[in-house]
Amino acid sequence: MSLLDAYPLQHYLLVSAALFALGIFTLVARKNAVAMLMGVELILNSANLNFVAFSRYTVGNFSGHLFAIFVILLAAAEAAVALGIVIGIFQNYGDVDADALDGLKG
Amino acid sequence: MTTLTSALYHAAFYADMVLTVGSACVVAFSKNIVRSAFSLLLTFVGVAGLYGFLEADFLVATQLLIYVGGILVLLLFAVMLTHRISNIKASNETSFSALAALAATGIFLVLVEVGTKTHWDVKGGPLGESTRPIGLLLMGDYLLPFEVAAMILLAALIGAAYLARNAIRK
Repeated sequence: MSLLDAYPLQHYLLVSAALFALGIFTLVARKNAVAMLMGVELILNSANLNFVAFSRYTVGNFSGHLFAIFVILLAAAEAAVALGIVIGIFQNYGDVDADALDGLKG
Repeated sequence: MTTLTSALYHAAFYADMVLTVGSACVVAFSKNIVRSAFSLLLTFVGVAGLYGFLEADFLVATQLLIYVGGILVLLLFAVMLTHRISNIKASNETSFSALAALAATGIFLVLVEVGTKTHWDVKGGPLGESTRPIGLLLMGDYLLPFEVAAMILLAALIGAAYLARNAIRK
């Protein structure tokens, strides 16, 4: 067994599952809209880790890497738009608490 | 390969796993949103390290440049711009945290069960250096997604600037 084969796929799946669960918790439980976005980033990272791990261990080509790159790209676009929206919400409501944002007409 | 190098390699791998999951726990459970944002930095660096152990060298650089250098800075801007410094201690409240913890634990257990019990068809064998094949694939099989991604980035840039500008003018 070479050094680089030393770690089973399950190690990566375990880390990815933990990141996904923590991301779900953050997304559901947090009140602050920015903190909820952090949860989304955790979930995207866990999905990416799975893509790359399966690409390395079972698929044997670079398709998982390409998917991970496109996910990273969409995360960047999402973060930029979300920042704009969060700043807009803060200007209108003076708060980014998800419980306070209950008006349909700002 | 000497035993010392091997031991260091193993230590680095498990330290990286602990760093990633531990800092993600801080993101999820910290009372202070600034602390959450900064430990998200460690999570991203930890995931970049795991990419390194998976021999995805291009993705290590991409993760560091885009997540750490871009998305995290954007999130920090969002935290700092939408924050009242006076109530920084209680800036990151949770609601329904028992239900959310229950749901997250359930999802975690299901994922671990699926991941460990399934017999994965592991082929093994490192993929080798990845930058050149990724570039060739982006210009070949993945040309259409590549171009669509460029349009999405352009649209997101314009949209984000428009949204933020209107908000700041008010």
